[in-house]
Amino acid sequence: MLENPIQSKVIGKTQFRKFNLRKKFRLGESIIQVSLLLTGFLSIVITFLIVFELGKEALLFFQDPDVTFVKFFGTTKWQPGIGQYGIWALVSATLTTSLIAMLISLPLGLAAAIYLSEYASSKTRSFFKPVLEILAGIPTVVYGYFALLFVTPILKNIFGESISVYNMLSAGLVMGIMILPLISSMSEDAMSSVPRSLREAAYALGATRLEATTQVVLPAALSGIGAAFIIGISRAVGETMIVAVAAGAGPNFTFNPLQAAETMTGHIARISGGDLSYNSIDYNSLFAIALMLFLITLGLNLFSQQVVSKFRERYE
Amino acid sequence: MIPANSKGYSQGEQFNSELQQRYRSATLWQSVFLSALIIAIIALMALMYNVADGAFGFVAYEYNNQPSEFTTTPINELTKPELLEILKLNLSSGAYNKLNNEKAMESRSYSELMNLFMERLIKIDTKAVYSLTDSLLNKAEITKEVKEKYPNAILEFKSWLTPQFLISPMSSRAEFAGVRTAILGSLWLVAIAILFALPVGIGAAIYLEEYAPKNRISSMIRTNINNLAGVPSIVYGMLGLALFVRWLEPFTSGALFGVMDSNGRTVLSAGLTMGILSLPLIIINSQEAIKAVPDSLRQAAYGVGASRWQVIWYHVLPNALPGILTGSILALSRALGETAPLIVVGASTFISIDPSSPFSKFTALPIQIYQWTTRAQSEFHAIAAAAIIALLVLLLTLNATAILLRNKLQRKWL
Repeated sequence: MLENPIQSKVIGKTQFRKFNLRKKFRLGESIIQVSLLLTGFLSIVITFLIVFELGKEALLFFQDPDVTFVKFFGTTKWQPGIGQYGIWALVSATLTTSLIAMLISLPLGLAAAIYLSEYASSKTRSFFKPVLEILAGIPTVVYGYFALLFVTPILKNIFGESISVYNMLSAGLVMGIMILPLISSMSEDAMSSVPRSLREAAYALGATRLEATTQVVLPAALSGIGAAFIIGISRAVGETMIVAVAAGAGPNFTFNPLQAAETMTGHIARISGGDLSYNSIDYNSLFAIALMLFLITLGLNLFSQQVVSKFRERYE
Repeated sequence: MIPANSKGYSQGEQFNSELQQRYRSATLWQSVFLSALIIAIIALMALMYNVADGAFGFVAYEYNNQPSEFTTTPINELTKPELLEILKLNLSSGAYNKLNNEKAMESRSYSELMNLFMERLIKIDTKAVYSLTDSLLNKAEITKEVKEKYPNAILEFKSWLTPQFLISPMSSRAEFAGVRTAILGSLWLVAIAILFALPVGIGAAIYLEEYAPKNRISSMIRTNINNLAGVPSIVYGMLGLALFVRWLEPFTSGALFGVMDSNGRTVLSAGLTMGILSLPLIIINSQEAIKAVPDSLRQAAYGVGASRWQVIWYHVLPNALPGILTGSILALSRALGETAPLIVVGASTFISIDPSSPFSKFTALPIQIYQWTTRAQSEFHAIAAAAIIALLVLLLTLNATAILLRNKLQRKWL
């Protein structure tokens, strides 16, 4: 007969050792925990350093009596050496190239994502996905080479004399190709997290695949797609090498994509590439531009996180 | 009786024709979606074609000095001792000693000596460079054109990517330039970035996944890392310029360690900048890998009385390691292709001395590609293409290693 374990222990007669269940302090463990906390905290230090270092030099720039906010944001000529501080000369090129890039990458990236998420069999997916991943992994300086020596000659054939050798159109187009994988993979993630039951309900009501996609899946994934779009803009604004190689050197206030113009990033790369003396107005102005870049991209990134958390549809 | 289409639904013939139309638009849009992917493939193929097109092809060059001025033997029958003799006789003694100091002449290979002979004495002058497509399709026309324009020129099919290209240092002449200094510079950069970013990144990931309490500081760190991952690389370059190149100059230039002839624009500054740049990505990837280790494993270890660090060190980390390694390699291969921060931190544009310490001046593979692409002469575009192939092969090898590593080491949890 099986012995009943509860019965065999006569409570009261068994001696229980007093056991301290409170956590024991271990020095080694604490040291490790603190140093790991410090490594985690380093990321905050880096952010702080970016803001501090960029802000410090940018402040020096704005403290120059010659530089005023009105001049900075209100005029369109940029040449700190001779007292022209109109940031719009650089911003116009950044806006133009980013706009072209988004016009290319948003529709293409979204269409690619729809195909991969809604139409493709696992076999076609495993063929197309690596292609996009390779595109995403190519260094941007290689895209710059491609823009200058492949796309620009083709554009030259199309537009003839009206397009300059360095032009924003070529840089923008290639930037669009560069951002395409980012948009498509983020949108695809958003779409594949829409539950299958939603699609099946649409099919049950007689929807075609296209109708299920455009009327059910896309609205449900809209927050993720919006976030992808915003991140894409932030990437385009911060992209340097393609515009440095293909868009031209020299600030030029124009929105004409056939002309050469220098973006904010391209300007930083060109000026800092030369021998730059510290504490000159040129040097400080670069930090003002970089600070602006940082704030723009940070704002866009935070905005995209807001979009995701505010508008995300949740499913049980 | 209630009419069947009181709510406006179509019936019969109308329904069928509408259905046909819906099907048609469905197929139409499907091909539109597919075409986006095909455009992506075409773009990738165009890029590859563009690079290959530039890296091989005919080149027409002239000798500024005829070989007969130096020797009676035809060029391709020269032997190594003969070459040594010719160089010694014809180079100025200063130039010869300088070369000898860089690397003893006797220990140089035949092809190196041949290159010196061509570069310093014959002085090859490239007249025209043709793309691969042109060279294959219009050979007759090219031959004719070269004959007319440069009667003395020699037309030769050349691959700009040669073993010699990979091991020669920089040169101001595209025909003799190589990427040795640049490859070494890139390796130094990645090594310094690894030393800095890998321990810190993995540490931060462990903290966030295993220790961090659910409070505002933890969520602040998390948001912060996501934001750092989105900061443009050139902004990191500016941070590196202000922080490492200027502020920490005594450290990064090596002045604290007795190195005197240097400023802050060293491989150390650039490597640390690269490290900071790849840190967010390493943290995020490592977090993913640590998250993938099932909780039951931790519970079991705690159950037999392991302390927190023992659980992490003996159970979580070994199981997360393949993922961490893969993620880190991918993050570093991204850093390897970064150009903008290096320009800002101050990569040297022309340097032919190999980096030998963290306090050396440096150049890197992407920097050379940028430099050569922006030159006007087409022979520089050709070596830019050759350098791109070298860079892409390097990246491909790294990524393939990462994927193989993951497939080999990864454990599947059911």
